[in-house]
Amino acid sequence: MNSLDVLTLFLFNIVIYNIPLLYGTVGEIIIEKSGSLNLGVEGIMAVGAIFGYLIGCSANSLTVGILASFICAGLFGIIFAVLTVTMQANQNVTGLTMTTFGVGLFFFIGKGLSASWPVMTQYENINNGFKNPIEIPLLSKIPVLGKALFSHNILVYLGIFIAIAVWFYLNKTKAGLRLRAIGENPAAADSLGINITLYKYVHIVLGSGIMGIGGFYMGLNLGGSFEGSNCWINGYGWIAVALVIFANWNTLAAILGTLVFGFFNTLQIYSGSLAYAFPKALGFLDKIPSQLYQALPFMITALVLVFSSVRKNNKSAQPASLGLNYYREER
Amino acid sequence: MAAYAIELKNINKSFGSVAANKNINLSVRQGEILALLGENGSGKTTLMNMLSGIYKPDSGQIFVNGQEVSINSPEDAKKLGIGMVHQHFKLVDIFSAADNIWLGKERDGSSAKAKLSEVFLQKERFSEIEKTAEQFGFQIDARKLVKNMSVSEKQTLEIIKVLYYGAKTIILDEPTAVLTVQEIEKLFHILREMKAQGHSIIIISHKLNEVMEISDRVAILRKGEYIDTVNTAETNTLELTELMMGKKADLNIRRTKVEKKQPLLEIRDLTIKNDEGAVAIDHVNFYVRGGEMLGVAGIAGCGQKELCEAMAGLRKIESGMIIHEGESIVGLSPQKILEKGVAMSFIPEDRLGMGLAPSLSITDNMILKKYNQNHWNPFVDRKSARKEAQEVIDELEVVTPSTEIPVRRLSGGNVQKILLGREIKSNPNVLITAYPVRGLDINSSYTIYNILDDLKQKGVGVLFVGEDLDVLMSLCDKIMVLCHGKVMGVVHASKTSKEELGLMMTGAVNLSVVNGKVAGIAKDSAIKEEDVQ
Repeated sequence: MNSLDVLTLFLFNIVIYNIPLLYGTVGEIIIEKSGSLNLGVEGIMAVGAIFGYLIGCSANSLTVGILASFICAGLFGIIFAVLTVTMQANQNVTGLTMTTFGVGLFFFIGKGLSASWPVMTQYENINNGFKNPIEIPLLSKIPVLGKALFSHNILVYLGIFIAIAVWFYLNKTKAGLRLRAIGENPAAADSLGINITLYKYVHIVLGSGIMGIGGFYMGLNLGGSFEGSNCWINGYGWIAVALVIFANWNTLAAILGTLVFGFFNTLQIYSGSLAYAFPKALGFLDKIPSQLYQALPFMITALVLVFSSVRKNNKSAQPASLGLNYYREER
Repeated sequence: MAAYAIELKNINKSFGSVAANKNINLSVRQGEILALLGENGSGKTTLMNMLSGIYKPDSGQIFVNGQEVSINSPEDAKKLGIGMVHQHFKLVDIFSAADNIWLGKERDGSSAKAKLSEVFLQKERFSEIEKTAEQFGFQIDARKLVKNMSVSEKQTLEIIKVLYYGAKTIILDEPTAVLTVQEIEKLFHILREMKAQGHSIIIISHKLNEVMEISDRVAILRKGEYIDTVNTAETNTLELTELMMGKKADLNIRRTKVEKKQPLLEIRDLTIKNDEGAVAIDHVNFYVRGGEMLGVAGIAGCGQKELCEAMAGLRKIESGMIIHEGESIVGLSPQKILEKGVAMSFIPEDRLGMGLAPSLSITDNMILKKYNQNHWNPFVDRKSARKEAQEVIDELEVVTPSTEIPVRRLSGGNVQKILLGREIKSNPNVLITAYPVRGLDINSSYTIYNILDDLKQKGVGVLFVGEDLDVLMSLCDKIMVLCHGKVMGVVHASKTSKEELGLMMTGAVNLSVVNGKVAGIAKDSAIKEEDVQ
């Protein structure tokens, strides 16, 4: 393996291991734009992961898996909508409950089925569909970058496509305009006859569904093996919540944010190979203790939150009524 | 005779055990301006919110053009041609003027073009909104963001919004509360034009002179009950006041002449920045003498809040001096400033946001400002605080079942009396009070005016940040006018006019330097010239 191949592999893995974060982030942006702060990303992704995997395997189809993860996570998201929109429960507490509940459900089902747990390699449509890349003509022939960026499975392309489509939806369509109005000032939207409850429900379900696909993807990345002690999501849901702030509620910036975060995340695995392949430029990478690499993504997350909080208020795109429930007759 | 545009019959509405509206009957003719007059808490806004679909009446009937209707949501009101301009504007700050209107637009027609514009946001929306606004006689910049608009512009946008959705009856909730004299005139001109076009207008107000000026008829509510509807031409302010308050009222505010003393608080060349880092107070000079009441006039958000906070030690200043009895108090902790006798009470728009802890009892709120007096005692001295709370309740006629009730359960006026009462109890020699009568009814307001006047007689220097120019002119000795953080001048209350103050508030007239003398610097200042940087 020559040194350029190492670089390609490093870049390739940045993309493939971290696009699940993009799903979580984009899903959360949709929900937050409707004015709801959903801290249950971790749990919703876990629910999407396990149901997507089990249903996808039983049908032996990657497409069915994607759809199942979307639908199951979306249905799970309805719990959040009922509690916070209809019953006006506190959003923070409800979100945390969703995480506990979702991750708990993951282990409950996983342990219950551990004897008959489906092994991914036995389901060739899923296994091959996920592992065999789809090469984009021409672009994938670019040296280094072609293999790293334009030769991926369908879930990577779908994630990028969803991020772009959601940006267009939020900024260029009337439904997006109404959604943003609800997140900023629900009373203004209400006075114009916009159905706030409907909009909130639809977008909480939609956002949760997108998170669910991300969870499913994470499960496939881990080869679909259930270990009983580690949840597939492994904290990515929380990082997604932070990435929303880093991306300033912009789904295009979320793509960039995912890759920046992914860079540090993947460095811990590739520091040795990179130091070996580029001894002069990157030799120092080998001398940094591995514990530091493991801590790096979370340190970056913490730093991002610190810097975003310092950012001047008027430049932040945080929806003005984020986290507040709307009740028309409130005095 | 043509049917009424709006007719309400026996409307009832209660919140919990409190009846906000009791058997209200009200009618609005086509093409008239009806003023809805009443003190605070008399149920005006509640009643109008039932017309605009925010609340549902418990019982009673609503007729629109003679047809009985039920209004269950703002959407229903919109369809019936009822539009309301709320006191707190219902606008999205980060959207443009056009988008604020556009987001409520439904598909018109089934042409391909209409379908397309229902799904996507197109540039044409800006020109369409501008064109429609022009038809109603307004010039607006459809691309301007709401957060960059003045209060008057926002109000105009709200009016365009209700007109755009075909409102025939327009309700305005206290529209003049935040406007300057000149802006009010402009608004009244707009309202008369709309009336000429055949719109019916309901304007909620508790300002008698405005009601007399603009309305055709006046409907009066008192404590949730309907009193009467009178023709404006056949009545006068005195009669309206009696109807509104139920007893003969003395409309004169007491202003006692007190012998002038040395300047107690002097502000020299003060500059303060606001939370966003913009200059809120710009090289301001003024002083308050003992036994003098200095009024501060200005459009909302012209640095009043920042000025009050800086004087109480809650906000850092950029440059300048704040001198109390010859000593600088810049950089001292709020507690030290309080010990020197400078007390501040600031009533924010939501009334509870500053100064009181809503969930604590009156007694506990009294303790908040003096918990530290006995340094060595780790326990709270509730007994003396309770006594003090009772004194405030007695002296200021606070209506409350006991001293132990959470402050948030009191009505707005009583909350304000508690806040002011606590500041007075600290025996200040300078009292800074901002909007002390904000949202209060006339009776409570007069109680507070008299308390302030009593303090003045005792030799306290009072800084009164106010909204109502009539009140400022009859209560204060001098009035300082702020415009975008700059002093436009300090004038004697008895020698100025509302028009002059209004022009100064908008910056059209600047009297900050008269005959080469800078307004706001005392002749007998305690500040020595060599101390001024």
